[in-house]
Amino acid sequence: MFENLSTTLDRAFKTLKGQGRITDINVAATVKEIRKALVDADVNYKVAKTVTDKIRDEAMGRKVLIAVEPGQLLVKIVHEELTQLMGGRLQDINVKGEPAVVLIAGLQGSGKTTFSGKLANYLKKQNRNVLLAACDIYRPAAIDQLKVLGQQVGVDVYAEPENKNAVQIARNAIQFAKANNKKVVIVDTAGRLAVDEQMMREIEEVKKAVQPTETLFVVDSMTGQDAVNTAKTFNDRLNFDGVVLTKLDGDTRGGAALSIRSVVDKPIKFISTGEKMEAIDLFYPERMASRILGMGDVLSLVEKA
Amino acid sequence: EKTKDNFFSKLGKAMIGKSKVDEEVLDELEEILITSDVGVETTLKIIKRIEERVSVDKYMNASELDRILKEEIAKLLSENNAQDVKSYFTATSAKPYVIMVVGVNGVGKTTTIGKLASQFHKAGNKVVLGAADTFRAAAVDQLILWGNRVGVPVISHGMNTDPASVAYDAVREGVARNADVVIIDTAGRLHTKVNLMNELSKIKKVMQKVIPDAPHEILLVLDGSTGQNAFIQAKEFTRATEVNALAITKLDGTAKGGVVIGISDQFKIPVKYIGVGEKVEDLQIFNRQTFVESLFKRK
Ligand SMILES: Nc1nc2c(ncn2[C@@H]2O[C@H](COP(=O)(O)OP(=O)(O)OP(=O)(O)O)[C@@H](O)[C@H]2O)c(=O)[nH]1
Ligand SMILES: Nc1nc2c(ncn2[C@@H]2O[C@H](COP(=O)(O)OP(=O)(O)OP(=O)(O)O)[C@@H](O)[C@H]2O)c(=O)[nH]1
Ligand SMILES: [Mg+2]
Ligand SMILES: [Mg+2]
Repeated sequence: MFENLSTTLDRAFKTLKGQGRITDINVAATVKEIRKALVDADVNYKVAKTVTDKIRDEAMGRKVLIAVEPGQLLVKIVHEELTQLMGGRLQDINVKGEPAVVLIAGLQGSGKTTFSGKLANYLKKQNRNVLLAACDIYRPAAIDQLKVLGQQVGVDVYAEPENKNAVQIARNAIQFAKANNKKVVIVDTAGRLAVDEQMMREIEEVKKAVQPTETLFVVDSMTGQDAVNTAKTFNDRLNFDGVVLTKLDGDTRGGAALSIRSVVDKPIKFISTGEKMEAIDLFYPERMASRILGMGDVLSLVEKA
Repeated sequence: EKTKDNFFSKLGKAMIGKSKVDEEVLDELEEILITSDVGVETTLKIIKRIEERVSVDKYMNASELDRILKEEIAKLLSENNAQDVKSYFTATSAKPYVIMVVGVNGVGKTTTIGKLASQFHKAGNKVVLGAADTFRAAAVDQLILWGNRVGVPVISHGMNTDPASVAYDAVREGVARNADVVIIDTAGRLHTKVNLMNELSKIKKVMQKVIPDAPHEILLVLDGSTGQNAFIQAKEFTRATEVNALAITKLDGTAKGGVVIGISDQFKIPVKYIGVGEKVEDLQIFNRQTFVESLFKRK
């Protein structure tokens, strides 16, 4: 598990070379190895299949068979394909509006509230007047949690602890922002499952009420095969603008990133790399490709190829 | 039963128009297992076993595949593990029985503690909770709210205090109050963070000053929607501290729960509880027979 793909491929090609000529069959076998590596990294099974089919075609087109170092060329091709699939380039957040509204949604425990605090901090540093809105009325101490984070980063938090209507609180928060010259409102919401109809309806209504300029779907980078279904349902309901990948400070390969991108075709905009308020970063598709393939040092390898 | 019926319904589709189990069916079976997060290793193991049985019973057909798969999964679940847990306390019940709850960030530790406390409390036990997550914003408040909800006391020193000394006091209070069970909440930590992992040993040692064989249970909580990293979490937490029970949460969401199969196959530690929702009653003692049945149940 979690073996470096370039090592696997090098080994595969070494055995293949030992057999004399490299053939189509050999490539097919190697592509199968790549597929297994992707699935091991939590790339969705179907996505991995599609991707490796593309990689095989590309490999044949670029005559991997007669290359001096077929293993390296193949790794380079895989890396290019994954990078491209993840959107190729960096995409920032849209905070135009009077006020701009950023709606944060996702599964339970994915890191929404923490990210809300981080984003507030990030935007505040760009000299924007930010407001956090506490619209999770379910989780015990959710409001306190956001208040603590707001205090840490020096951003006001709008909350109505007695109100049990998230839609109303969200609407009131926007009014409050307008009245108090806030330029960006970040709306933290409760965690919810894609299969929970009532909760999905609630977030749709919150969205309708606040008319966000940007809706972000927050997802734990350790999520497994079901990531695609969850992302798809949230996207069907919310038509979100971007994805936030959290908990990348661990050792997960983060294959869910590729799967989500392939299935909903929305850019990943931010990554979250720790519990501290500074642990936020823009998303670089190329780095993520390397990570999924399990090759921290692959870039130098790719440059050589 | 919220852990959905996906195996069965998907298997049904795989077998349409088939009169026997062939390569294609096995391929689809592989896909079903992988996409349920069973994990590559365990999936290959299951496929191999089915293959072997097919080669023996030449004429195995669709309806039999269903039965045989069920049998194989049930067998797999029982090979590695001790017996299913029958009650919330383990047989050697000490008093107070001390449970330390650990896991990565956001998996459901605090919520599981709330649910557990409720079960113990309802069964007539005296419970004390220890708020040793002094790090995550409002973590103490969250546990206190759970304590209030369930009606059990929470020992806390507030935020940003030493977690080990909270744990020490909670266990001491447990003894002083003649409690039956003490449950210690800890901060979420990724297994890659060495300092934080070492902190767990420190928390444990401090409790042993009060009760030499505490904690009696180290409960690792895993999120059921986690992919392959769940296996690494189990491995690393087990390496760092003597995990002897597992809880797998959020199984109400994935419609799959394949991770339970993979984890049971790869680790000797029993899955003791499963979490199936956010409410206080959404915790079940894991029973492998019921679990396998639920995977194959028709709507
Ligand atoms: N290591 C690490 N932990 C994180 C990261 N982002 C969030 N966390 C932690 O993950 C846990 C859950 O984060 P929250 O922000 O409470 O998640 P949430 O999505 O708001 O949770 P709910 O509101 O319950 O649905 C907390 O312990 C956070 O400190 C990250 O990037 N890295
Ligand atoms: N749907 C569902 N949600 C759950 C379940 N268990 C916990 N949750 C939710 O998951 C989120 C995180 O739960 P917590 O109990 O705070 O998790 P934790 O492991 O204590 O988190 P940290 O202390 O921040 O590491 C909350 O929104 C819970 O309500 C479950 O079985 N099903
Ligand atoms: Mg939250
Ligand atoms: Mg907690």
